[in-house]
Amino acid sequence: MNLTPQTPPHPSGDKRFKLLDVAIKRHQFRQDALIEILHTAQELFGFLDDDVLIYVARALRAPLSRVYGVATFYNFFSLKPKGEHTCVVCMGTACYVKGAGAILSALETAHGVRAGETTLDGRLSLVTARCVGACGLAPAVVFDGEMVGKLTAESALERTGAWTGRGEGAEGER
Amino acid sequence: MSTEARREIVEKERAEREGRRWRVAVCSAASCQSSGGQAARKALEAAVADAGLKDETDVFGTGCLGLCHAGPLVQVEGASGCHLYEKVNGEKAARIVRGHLEGGEPVGELLASGTAAFFDKQLRVVLESSGRSDPERIETCVAEGAYEALQSAVTEMAPVEVIHQVTESGLRGRGGAGYPTGLKWSTVYKAKSQRKFVVCNADEGDPGAFMDRSVLEGDPHRVLEGMAIAAWAVGAEQGYVYVRGEYPLAISRLKTAIKQAERLQFLGTRIFDTGFSFRVDIRIGAGAFVCGEETALMASIEGRRGTPRPRPPYPATAGLWGEATLINNVETFASVPAIVRRGGAWYASIGTGKSKGTKVFALAGKIARTGLIEVPMGLTLREIIFDIGGGIPGGRRFKAAQTGGPSGGCIPAEHLDLPVDYESLATVGSIMGSGGLIVMDETSCMVDVAKYFVDFCREESCGKCVPCRAGTVQLHGLLDKITRGEASRADLDLVERLSDLLRDTSLCGLGQTAPNPVVSTLRFFRDEYLAHIDERRCPAGVCRIGASSGAEARP
Repeated sequence: MNLTPQTPPHPSGDKRFKLLDVAIKRHQFRQDALIEILHTAQELFGFLDDDVLIYVARALRAPLSRVYGVATFYNFFSLKPKGEHTCVVCMGTACYVKGAGAILSALETAHGVRAGETTLDGRLSLVTARCVGACGLAPAVVFDGEMVGKLTAESALERTGAWTGRGEGAEGER
Repeated sequence: MSTEARREIVEKERAEREGRRWRVAVCSAASCQSSGGQAARKALEAAVADAGLKDETDVFGTGCLGLCHAGPLVQVEGASGCHLYEKVNGEKAARIVRGHLEGGEPVGELLASGTAAFFDKQLRVVLESSGRSDPERIETCVAEGAYEALQSAVTEMAPVEVIHQVTESGLRGRGGAGYPTGLKWSTVYKAKSQRKFVVCNADEGDPGAFMDRSVLEGDPHRVLEGMAIAAWAVGAEQGYVYVRGEYPLAISRLKTAIKQAERLQFLGTRIFDTGFSFRVDIRIGAGAFVCGEETALMASIEGRRGTPRPRPPYPATAGLWGEATLINNVETFASVPAIVRRGGAWYASIGTGKSKGTKVFALAGKIARTGLIEVPMGLTLREIIFDIGGGIPGGRRFKAAQTGGPSGGCIPAEHLDLPVDYESLATVGSIMGSGGLIVMDETSCMVDVAKYFVDFCREESCGKCVPCRAGTVQLHGLLDKITRGEASRADLDLVERLSDLLRDTSLCGLGQTAPNPVVSTLRFFRDEYLAHIDERRCPAGVCRIGASSGAEARP
């Protein structure tokens, strides 16, 4: 007798769904592990598209509305693909009073995106964070997971410019 | 783990230490790591090996050493005492090894400046192991006394005795609200429930606060021990740590700590050969400030949207899955082992009338020495900001200290001699909060700061209740109008009425306290609001008045 719910394999044959299955099984198909499972899904796929959400909902036997509701409630989950590189500007109080706003404006202008958007060529996602907890190093920016503190608009542009080949040009224009 | 086995670890570890002349502690907190801490550690290890001092020197990573602005920090401890080096890089590492370890004399010009002033007024209880133990090696923590209090609790004390000690200590919730911890524990203890849970709230969401992160990164075993003692006291067998997803290093340290504690059976089944079992699981938050509110946090642990619900029933009687649940903050749990080990009366001897013990603060903003400090309750703001923090850099003037994050307020210069405890901060319209203390100088515009916090609450409002969902949007709109120089006195009236409404009618703490930064800046810096309205100018020169309408002013 098989007591575990059976999920049919994803028709695409994408191996990442198998890895997602492992995580779902580890949590014993429990609906209260939904957030943990979405964390894993986002790690695997980079973002959560409809397909992944439907798959998770079926596996947990939860209504899709609930899975979608959770995925859209939390800031961590992204329903859109992210850029090749991610630049997270900390907008915590300490960073804010030390000029994080100017850094963000400079990045927005140089790359032609607003916070929360990805450049058209998909090279760079510009994101803001509530506080990364590096207040002693304010203002801080996280470049692809690497936290860098005591930044200026110029030094931040140097980093992102190296990714997109665009920030340097913007500096030259000024 | 038996009592003897724990003692064996302590003795073995201490014997190893005796055999070594030098203990070199490299700060391994996130802040120092991101300014080159790893490289400094590698350079020190290499220099020690080159000098042939490997057998007599122990180079290890340790919890936050405090002076975050001067990282990477390295502490050298030997027969001649303890010395702290700042901004250590490869070249300096070699000089420290050559001069201090080989030469026997501290290298004066590389030592961190201002350490005497920074440390003299501090009293370390929660942070006592910083510089002494390695958070990634449980044996070093056990040698510093970790799990000793758990041992005496489960082998020698009845749950009511543990609760009695915590009550006697006068410990109050360190997450911000200051609810008496002993009272909460005894409510959960008395609750009739099939299962009980212990939850550690590590969803440190206040912007500008990093105390909980530092404690989890620097001494996770202290938190786990506190949780286990609480579980013994209230009768729980399962615990959860709800930690922010933004803190990857704290999560990984915590995972390592749980694994190591399970290996040595400080967690798991038959703890200290008694019938007591306690398991701890981690739940990683997904970036929602409101989840710091306890009912929202529980919803999130249950895998739902993190929206709060009305209380009562309180979690102590109906919490996770409807069972009795004890929820405390990281620092509260981290204070418990010392209380059990040294007695509630000892803890109660520190601090002021109704605020006992010590409090960890994260100093940040326009202050010379940003960093992590722990002080006895009742120290004045002036002592914290000017003596410990070294005052305002660049010869500028102090304007305000912000405590309590988006739920707190701004305290002006005339109240600098206010003792920092729960009651005193409330008298000036602020709160203790979780411990973020952000200093602002004359270049900060207080209207802009108020707008910043309301913007924060507007974005983070979960949307469940109307006053908070719509009220924060309207409040932000009005403040934005003021910073653009387009507001009238009538708008200011509306700001005040709306603030009252939000405070009185919102469902949870987020909405109820969202107007606090506005109310407190209006109380102490009304002239700045009036300058924006009547004279159409920003005294601090932050707001771009006259710029195209709708443009967000940023410093």
